[in-house]
Amino acid sequence: MILAGIEPKAEMVHWMFATGILVLGLLFLAETIVGPEVWARRPWRRYLWPGTMFLLGLLLWPVMALYTNSMIHMVAHGSWAQVLMVSGGAELGVVRGKLHSQYWRLTSAGALLVSGTAFLVHEQNGWFFARAAFLHHALGWTLIVAAIFPLVQAIRPRSIVAASGFAMTFFVVAVLLYCDRDSAAILGHFSQFAGVPHR
Amino acid sequence: MSADIAHELHGEREKERVAAAATSARVRIVLAIGPATAAAGVVWAFIQPWRLTLLNPHGQGFWWLFVEPPLYIVLVGVLFRVLIARPLVQDMEDAGR
Repeated sequence: MILAGIEPKAEMVHWMFATGILVLGLLFLAETIVGPEVWARRPWRRYLWPGTMFLLGLLLWPVMALYTNSMIHMVAHGSWAQVLMVSGGAELGVVRGKLHSQYWRLTSAGALLVSGTAFLVHEQNGWFFARAAFLHHALGWTLIVAAIFPLVQAIRPRSIVAASGFAMTFFVVAVLLYCDRDSAAILGHFSQFAGVPHR
Repeated sequence: MSADIAHELHGEREKERVAAAATSARVRIVLAIGPATAAAGVVWAFIQPWRLTLLNPHGQGFWWLFVEPPLYIVLVGVLFRVLIARPLVQDMEDAGR
């Protein structure tokens, strides 16, 4: 109860995570442009995006614990935390040299699939209920469709199209998260049950 | 110099020229990513100035003043340029030599 007064609003948490996702997108894009050999020339750089992904997963645990407006929200946030940590951890293992198979990239495909499904399952309202509902549906389907990119990367690690698509996915997700408001209209639609709208 | 050797040298130079051009294009793109990101944040701030509560801080709580999405984007763009793009370009040039 005390925490409810000092914790940031849900939309702010979305914006902060959008920034982390944007960082991931920039790192993926840069690696795709320069190629894995140049990217790996400095050891610290190899750990950047797997570390960021792992950190985002870690930071989702407080979100799960503090934003307890419904059980399904807790389950969704908890599952995101787990799959991001698994994916980031697996990639950390690969860059460290502890893991060798190219198929560890499948953990990223799994992370996108689980995240997308969680977005869709935990949104109880239709697309045009309010902006937050629309974005949850859009994010869910974006992530599910985008799971094809790491899936292709696991089979063809050198695929530029798959690497670019994977990077672009994070930019789209970041933009959608930045668009989130707790109660706002979407394309002129706003349910009378969605509270008081604001910009 | 025989015609064959001259032809071979010309082919190698052409390959080097194409590789250098590709590296140069990639360098320009990598260097542009950060400023482009920062510019996106600035454009957003102009389009939706109310998303920057620092412009009218009176009566705002801590979180509304701390969370400034357009500024976050500008910051990410600047940090990417300084911390990631510069060393990356250096490595690309080293790899090209």
